[in-house]
Amino acid sequence: MHDKVVRRRRAVLAALVALSLILLTAYFGESSGGGLHSVQRGALELLAPVGEGANRALKPFRDLFGWFGDTLDAKDERDKLKAERDRLRQELARKEVELREYAELQGLRVQNTAGGLDAYQPVESRVYQRSPNQWYQTVTITRGSSDGIAVGDPVVNGEGLVGKVKSVSDGNAVVALLTDQDFGVSAEASRSGEPGTIIPAVGAPGDLIFDLVPQAEEVRVGDRIVTAGTKSDRLQSLYPRSILIGTVKRIETGDGRLDRRIHVTPAADLRRLDIVQVLTEPQAQLAQARP
Amino acid sequence: MTLTPGATGRLALIGLLGGILQLTTVSQVAIFGVPADLSPLLVVAVGFLCGSAPGALFGFCLGLFIDTALLQTLGVTSLVFTAVGYGSGRIRELRDPAHGLAPVVVGAVGTAVAAIGFATLQFLLGVDAPVSFLLARQILMVIVLNTLLALPVYAVVRRALLPYLPEDPRRRRRRAYTTGGLSPLSRA
Repeated sequence: MHDKVVRRRRAVLAALVALSLILLTAYFGESSGGGLHSVQRGALELLAPVGEGANRALKPFRDLFGWFGDTLDAKDERDKLKAERDRLRQELARKEVELREYAELQGLRVQNTAGGLDAYQPVESRVYQRSPNQWYQTVTITRGSSDGIAVGDPVVNGEGLVGKVKSVSDGNAVVALLTDQDFGVSAEASRSGEPGTIIPAVGAPGDLIFDLVPQAEEVRVGDRIVTAGTKSDRLQSLYPRSILIGTVKRIETGDGRLDRRIHVTPAADLRRLDIVQVLTEPQAQLAQARP
Repeated sequence: MTLTPGATGRLALIGLLGGILQLTTVSQVAIFGVPADLSPLLVVAVGFLCGSAPGALFGFCLGLFIDTALLQTLGVTSLVFTAVGYGSGRIRELRDPAHGLAPVVVGAVGTAVAAIGFATLQFLLGVDAPVSFLLARQILMVIVLNTLLALPVYAVVRRALLPYLPEDPRRRRRRAYTTGGLSPLSRA
């Protein structure tokens, strides 16, 4: 009797492990249009209403816990904001002088940004679930292909760039956040205009790296990093120009110029996403610029 | 524990509700910069209460649910949670720890095994990630948070499964003293 129980227990374990490995291998080996991916998207469609309902019902509890966390962080944030306020006051005085000069030159400059975000046909959506681990930095939103959302569309919120659409089904979409391991975006430092690429610092959740910067020494702590947008018709960027990505937090200097690692903190609070906007026409700016 | 239809239904409900709660609420509340992860705690609690085979099965199903709901690589979380569920069940079967805080220790160890196992699988699948201090700190913080939550989660799962669990002699003994009015000594 005991032997039978032991054999059955081991058989269950072996079967489950084998099934997991088969699933893993099959999923890893197939394309994104494969059978398992389709089943997954179908299941997501089924789960979405439940998840969305639960998200709404549990929002008060989430907000309550969030309030405790916010209170703990508030003191630290207040000190930082005071320091930033002082710095911004000085910057404002300088900017006022620059603004006067700019107004004189304005008529001569060609604007490359036509209109605000409306030109990109934003679709507002609610975040209703997110990945609990540090390896898949994704959230799921309540709009999908039926709302005009497509894979690769940029996702923003009031604070800045949030990520891009990774996968889309009829009524839902999975958004890969800036800090997801597969993310990358061409960017530039707003002050110096130094171009580069923003990639996640894999293994350091919440941290971004401003990489491939030709003149890295031109970038300083506190510089704002924005999307570079499309610079040539041959290599179009997914993202419109000048969307805030984050701020340079620290710079690790190495032996040579190429060893510099520029760490960027995302502008958007990726842990507390409620409402986001998907830019369904990211190339609208280019279309308007063409004769 | 024998997996009767009633017990299976309860386990499915625990997995479904726990998974939804994790994905829609707990994942979005950061404490000390990280969210807690209830899913390994649920698997540990079920394995610890029901045994290794039901624990492994529950872990597999919950892992599959999470991988499906988040469009993650199918099989990764299932594999890790199967091991966690089986391991926690074996602890119960081999050691039968009677201490009231045993679920806390098992919960912490289960979370650690899940986090490290998940990270190892990601490395094996080709994610080029340095083992940074920040990542280690996050894993450690999740373990600490889950350790704090282990006992309440265990209590809720135990309460939900109580009608299907084998009678605990320790529990029966306590009830005899409190409900009979007279103690065995005065009866004698």
